[in-house]
Amino acid sequence: MSIDIDTARKVAKLARIRVEEADLPKLAGQLSGILGFMEQLNEVDVTGIEPMVSVTPMRLKRRADVVTDGNIQAQILKNAPDAREGFFAVPKVVE
Amino acid sequence: MSANTWTIAAARDALRAGQITAVDLTMSCLTAIDAADGLNAFVHKTPDIALEQARVADLRLAKGDAPAMCGIPLGIKDVFCTKGVASQAGSNILKGFKPEYESSVTRKLFGDGAVMLGKLNMDEFAMGSSNESSCYGPVVNPWKVDELRRTPGGSSGGSAAAVAADLCLAATGTDTGGSIRQPAAFTGITGIKPTYGRVSRWGVIAYASSLDQAGPMTKSVRDAAIMLQSMAGHDPMDSTSADLPVPDFEAALTGDIRGKKIGIPREYRIDGIPAALDRLWQDGTAMLKDAGAEIVDISLPHTKYALPAYYVIAPAEASSNLARYDGVRYGHRAGLAGGDGITEMYEKTRAEGFGPEAQRRIMVGTYVLSAGFYDAYYNRARKVRSLIKRDFEQAFAAGIDAILAPIAPSSAFGLGEVGSADPVEMYLNDVFTVTLNLAGLPGVAVPVGLDQKGLPVGLQLIGRPWEEGALLNHAYVLERAAGFVSKPQKWW
Repeated sequence: MSIDIDTARKVAKLARIRVEEADLPKLAGQLSGILGFMEQLNEVDVTGIEPMVSVTPMRLKRRADVVTDGNIQAQILKNAPDAREGFFAVPKVVE
Repeated sequence: MSANTWTIAAARDALRAGQITAVDLTMSCLTAIDAADGLNAFVHKTPDIALEQARVADLRLAKGDAPAMCGIPLGIKDVFCTKGVASQAGSNILKGFKPEYESSVTRKLFGDGAVMLGKLNMDEFAMGSSNESSCYGPVVNPWKVDELRRTPGGSSGGSAAAVAADLCLAATGTDTGGSIRQPAAFTGITGIKPTYGRVSRWGVIAYASSLDQAGPMTKSVRDAAIMLQSMAGHDPMDSTSADLPVPDFEAALTGDIRGKKIGIPREYRIDGIPAALDRLWQDGTAMLKDAGAEIVDISLPHTKYALPAYYVIAPAEASSNLARYDGVRYGHRAGLAGGDGITEMYEKTRAEGFGPEAQRRIMVGTYVLSAGFYDAYYNRARKVRSLIKRDFEQAFAAGIDAILAPIAPSSAFGLGEVGSADPVEMYLNDVFTVTLNLAGLPGVAVPVGLDQKGLPVGLQLIGRPWEEGALLNHAYVLERAAGFVSKPQKWW
């Protein structure tokens, strides 16, 4: 599967990573190389094989749905690049 | 010999016998660290925390009921969240991040009295096999046999270099596709990737959640057993952590493997593997045979497809896990131009914060999960993963106790030598290691000798799930038979 420049641009957009137009051909080439390497998987007969969901055959543990902490607003905001009045601050989202 | 060169077992016994204090032991490591900046292994030093922890450890030791890890100075891979201490996973996108909480692994180690010397360099988000994708720059392998500066391997390259250079007694590592075992092999130390679920992933910055597993990197098999004992166990904070009792791993080191069946997988004998590596694999096989084990040729037919399956599944999970780095709650946020909205903030932040390899893997993962390609790539890779696991299950069902295999297709290579033009070239380094991450199995790297260049070579033993004790016992036999005692000559 060869990745063209339009596909590379679309993937970068989906991944929310800015890639300059001038860098798209190189990115497309690298992604094509990696995906080409994965083409080997098409040699395998996977008829009737279930895709792996969990590597260990055990049921995930469950716990009671109860609050176990709280009142840690300052800790939660401690690492925020921009926090105001007890909230995370971001550029305007709604016009 | 200076105390920083000791094993955990030797230090434990000396601390308990009152022959050294934890403070003096810690000081010997801090001195070695300060003289080793040229290796670029420690990227955040924490001497104040170390000495405070050592003082507390000495009080516990004086009371006479200290756990085995009490007073043992460790390096901690940068991927573990440590409260109040920089934890960046080798990435600029987490620059300045100081967690408000402690990972379960470090909480358990520190609870047993272990001492943190600092944080260790690694490939960005553990994505790499040479430590060259780190935001801190590469680690240099302490093994130097000519003018070439070599990689210590990756992604736990800082951990491997720090242990090999005696900057600490042991270090934590994580292994998603070989990131404990390959650097252990490149630096002549021991490392175990436990069974998936044996060690809690809570507070370990995620790369690929279905493959990530933390483990110890040490100077001996006994040390790996002692340290794994402290790291392992059920944790309600990680739903994939196994609620199983943790056996006494050190007690499993009997040195007796008579009658055990060792599988030699024929698919691991690939073209282009250097003769010295192949010879050491044969030597290792002979050592286990001499110890009374039965050697059995086995087939793991889907081995060839492990690497492409891994490089679909791991980036797919990474693209999801790394979506959280958006410049809102923690870490880096790009400076914005007038009129930039939230989408520009995301895109600029992630372009600035992630290095090239992390960006590539996020985008590959995004692609293989996108509408129209999900079945062709991601679901197919998960089916192949089922087949790879079945290969191992069939071998174990036929009575195989452990599998002996190479770790990497070469010894340590030069920095800048591999993968700069073609990323896939670097991925090929993981050909022997990713199989057991995909199958969730435990694997241990043991140094067995030097190649013709004078660089260390390791072999891996792969065990049955949840039987790390028996696996470590096989490794113990191999370690004693190989008698690997070489150390890098100090040049740094």
